[in-house]
Amino acid sequence: MPPELLLILAAILPFLGSVVAICLPGHARNAAAGVAGLVTVTSLACIGLLYPLATGAGPVVWAVDWLPALGVRLVLRLDGLAWIFAVLVLGIGALVVLYARYYMDAADPVPRLYCYLLAFVGAMLGIVLSGNLIQLVAFWELTSVVSFLLIGYWSDNASARDGARMALTITAAGGLCLLVGAVLIGRIVGSYELDVVLAAGATIRASPYYLPALVLILAGALTKSAQLPFHIWLPRAMAAPTPVSAYLHSATMVKAGIFLMIRLWPVLSGTESWYWIVGTAGMATMLVGAWSAIFQHDLKGLLAYSTISHLGLITLLLGLDSPLAVVAAIFHTVNHATFKASLFMAAGIIDHETGTRDMRRLSGLWRAMPYTGTLAMVAAAAMAGVPLLNGFLSKEMFLAEAVDNTGDHLLNLALPVLATLASAFTVLYSLRFIRQTFFGPPPRDLPHAPHEPVRWMRIPIEALVLVCIAIGLVPNLTIGPALAGAARAVLGDRMPDYDLAIWHGFNAPLAMSVLALAGGVALYVAFGRRINTNPRGGPWLMHRLDGGWLFERGMTGLVTGARALEAKAGTERLQPQLRILFLTALTAASAAGAVHGLDLLAPGRATAFDPAFALMWLVGAACAVGAAERAKYHRLSATILVGGAGLVSSLTFLWLSAPDLAVTQILVEIVTTVLLLLGLRWLPKRDRAIPIPVSERARARRRRIVDLGIAVVAGSSLAGIAYAVMTRPAVDGIGRWFVEEAYPQAGGRNVVNVLLVDFRAFDTLGEICVLGIVGLTVFALLRRFRPAPDSLERPAQQLRHDAEDRGREGREPGHTAADALLVPRLVMTWLFPFIVMLALHLFLRGHDLPGGGFAAGIALTIAFMLQYMACGAQWVEERLRIQPIAWIGLGLLVAVLAGAGSWLFGRPFLTAYFAYWQLPILGKVPVASALVFDLGIMVLVVGASALMLVALAHQSLRRTRVAEAEAERAAGSKESA
Amino acid sequence: MELVLSAGIGVFTAAGVWLMLRPRTFQVVLGLSLLSYAVNLFIFAMGRLTVGAPPVLGAGTDSVFVDDPVTQALVLTALVISFALTALFLVVLLAARGVTGSDHVDGREPHQGEPHPGNPHPGAPHP
Repeated sequence: MPPELLLILAAILPFLGSVVAICLPGHARNAAAGVAGLVTVTSLACIGLLYPLATGAGPVVWAVDWLPALGVRLVLRLDGLAWIFAVLVLGIGALVVLYARYYMDAADPVPRLYCYLLAFVGAMLGIVLSGNLIQLVAFWELTSVVSFLLIGYWSDNASARDGARMALTITAAGGLCLLVGAVLIGRIVGSYELDVVLAAGATIRASPYYLPALVLILAGALTKSAQLPFHIWLPRAMAAPTPVSAYLHSATMVKAGIFLMIRLWPVLSGTESWYWIVGTAGMATMLVGAWSAIFQHDLKGLLAYSTISHLGLITLLLGLDSPLAVVAAIFHTVNHATFKASLFMAAGIIDHETGTRDMRRLSGLWRAMPYTGTLAMVAAAAMAGVPLLNGFLSKEMFLAEAVDNTGDHLLNLALPVLATLASAFTVLYSLRFIRQTFFGPPPRDLPHAPHEPVRWMRIPIEALVLVCIAIGLVPNLTIGPALAGAARAVLGDRMPDYDLAIWHGFNAPLAMSVLALAGGVALYVAFGRRINTNPRGGPWLMHRLDGGWLFERGMTGLVTGARALEAKAGTERLQPQLRILFLTALTAASAAGAVHGLDLLAPGRATAFDPAFALMWLVGAACAVGAAERAKYHRLSATILVGGAGLVSSLTFLWLSAPDLAVTQILVEIVTTVLLLLGLRWLPKRDRAIPIPVSERARARRRRIVDLGIAVVAGSSLAGIAYAVMTRPAVDGIGRWFVEEAYPQAGGRNVVNVLLVDFRAFDTLGEICVLGIVGLTVFALLRRFRPAPDSLERPAQQLRHDAEDRGREGREPGHTAADALLVPRLVMTWLFPFIVMLALHLFLRGHDLPGGGFAAGIALTIAFMLQYMACGAQWVEERLRIQPIAWIGLGLLVAVLAGAGSWLFGRPFLTAYFAYWQLPILGKVPVASALVFDLGIMVLVVGASALMLVALAHQSLRRTRVAEAEAERAAGSKESA
Repeated sequence: MELVLSAGIGVFTAAGVWLMLRPRTFQVVLGLSLLSYAVNLFIFAMGRLTVGAPPVLGAGTDSVFVDDPVTQALVLTALVISFALTALFLVVLLAARGVTGSDHVDGREPHQGEPHPGNPHPGAPHP
């Protein structure tokens, strides 16, 4: 197989496996574990096969365009460093898969866990294999999200939810910083590709944006790797199932920050700022983490703080500007992953078999589980840096670096001392872990009787411990070549000489190691008992400084602060919101006017004054003002007055050379008025007699005066602007082009219609979609409509008529209503075919003369509506079932198909076609594909407007139906009684 | 003509804004209607006024012609959309009135205090 294919396979398999795992049924834990195991082992094999290429001449690279506009490619890139991390991710991943199968309870949704785990493997591999900074950030955020899901896996546990949220908040915020940092680097270098960036170290360090970029990238790396002061999320992430803690929160995800710092070490390191930020963070984290680990009573808590401490150690190594320190950092990363993952698994076994992780309750487990105990002891010894184990080797390298780096800086002077101190703490807590758990008197009152776990659960630990011992005994035969390959990928020409031997002779690091071991043991002997009975809880000296508590307080403060601000400055009430909206608009407009000046009386064009036009507008203005005045207590007359205003604006369009607008406006006006009339029925009675409380009167009056002011200012401003624009000569815009090209290009003489259905047809398609959506929304809202109880009873007029009918001879209730409007009703019924004809006429002439799909659609709706008004919904629907929803769908389909038709001729969407056809009898007729599009518009407009009207009209029917159903039910229950 | 039309736009706007600031939903719906007339006329007026020269091409004439048919096309779709908007708001107001029992824009009568968690709509009579 070609190497690129292997690489793609390795990268993509985990995601595929993740999808497969989530599709399995909830109890299929064997199948899920099988899938996960197969995937990780196959990916591992792929990566393994690539070893000679990755550490050989150059990285294996495969790339494909991703965001070509931004110059971002999706690049998979496997070099020595990526190889060692990929093996770590997949190797420990495979072991964790096996371990989780036996750790998880059958009642848990295990396939979900494997789905997340595989997604995490994919995301982590994505980071490691990224050959592009943007891609790296994307996978980086993906690991944060998956980690959130994994920590919160037992979602009914509050501490799991809190821990998940805190981890996501901190790591995802860091990820956002990283994104900005990556973009800055991309700006400095001119590319996001890793190869280009790595070659441009000098440019980056010389750039003025170096410091911001460095700070942002480190914000990402240090949050992910739980460095002080961002370390608080890691102990809380221990609420995750133990396999997850072993995998994400010790071996892999927290190493992503380390990986990034190693990856960019050649580019970013070597400056004062790098040294101070990374070195200080690492040093502080190492010490505080180790110190805090001593005082933990929870096995996983101890391991979590220990992880923080070791991550600090690695960070500190990266902060020292020395190639050998980088080698030590990579080496310790691998070693820490092996011994810490095995310790976590051991802690999981202890928890699983005894039911508790509290070291104060555990004791003497050696008797019950000697095998697990031995494994844990070896791993803990590796953690403490005992010779012949891998932890010893990398710790020796660290101590050697600490001694070598003694220089001018204060930090350097203190380095050997602090390093030894941290090592002693490590020895102390490792010892405490083993001593408390496995030795001492036999355990009492444990939830379960302790015993060895099933054979398969121990295999992952055995494998990892074997690695610890193998590396510790023969480093050059095991890790040596891979480590050299990884280091060479980072350091290139600066590759130092080093020797992975166990014995370097009597030197300073060995002395420090011995001192640390002896000191740790001595400290444990001296203080071990007091640590167990630590009255205050929390580490000595630091128990008051609880970062997690501060974080929670900060978050709570943020939320309450936001709420308080909202309560103070915000409002849920509509009127103040609208008032602010209008005032803001007025202020903005006045500011613009003040800056640029507004000359209202510029000499310019004027159309001849016509008294009839002025008179018409006098009526229009009276209608508008009247509507404003009457809208509260006299809704019917206000509706009619608004209609009058609409009529005036329609006539204005007609007067001022816009026949299409006039036709559409008047038709829309009719439909709107009918709609409002239908709505009136469901509104409450408004009684002038209801008094306003005296206390409110002055306020109400003041409010009305302010509103009147706003309205007058808004009106006069708009009038002023309109006048100023209208009296200026027309700007030579795009209008002329449309006029000139309408006939030659689209074969239509009505420019407005051509604009709508041809030149700007895509906009129109959007408009009719909106119309359809509004229609469906109205329909959906009315389906659940529950009228207010006081509008349920029949209208007063109907009751009065019924009463009169009952009082007279030979008349039934309902007769008066049936007799009303007899003649107009007949006329309306007869009008139906004529209006349909008019609609067709409007539609067909639209391309050349005023008319078109919109107008035709509304006219057709009016034809239907008149039938409803004349004869009632039941009568109409017995004879004619309109299916408005089908019309909407059909209209949209026709319009889209008309547009898509141009694809058949290799033209873009909605390219119109037109020609003149010679037909018998009719002669020459224009044929335009735009006509089909217009047909779609018409059908959709009919569907949407009819849907709204019919849905609203049906409400009265539904009420009767409900009443009848209730009456029937009442009658039925009476009969049965 | 310009003066008359701009004054008319002003009156429509003022009436519309006034109604939109009123507390009853029906007033707001009518206000929106009036405001949309005003805005449609305003957009239309941006194409300047021409009397008796519709943007319909005669057979081979080069007669006087409106300056800008684009504003007309804009307004044509706006007319239909504002109808849809009025319909939507009307139905929302009816639904709100049905649910809350009040036709106040805030879904509860003023002077009735804050809604309380057990009964979020103090105006609504209990069934």
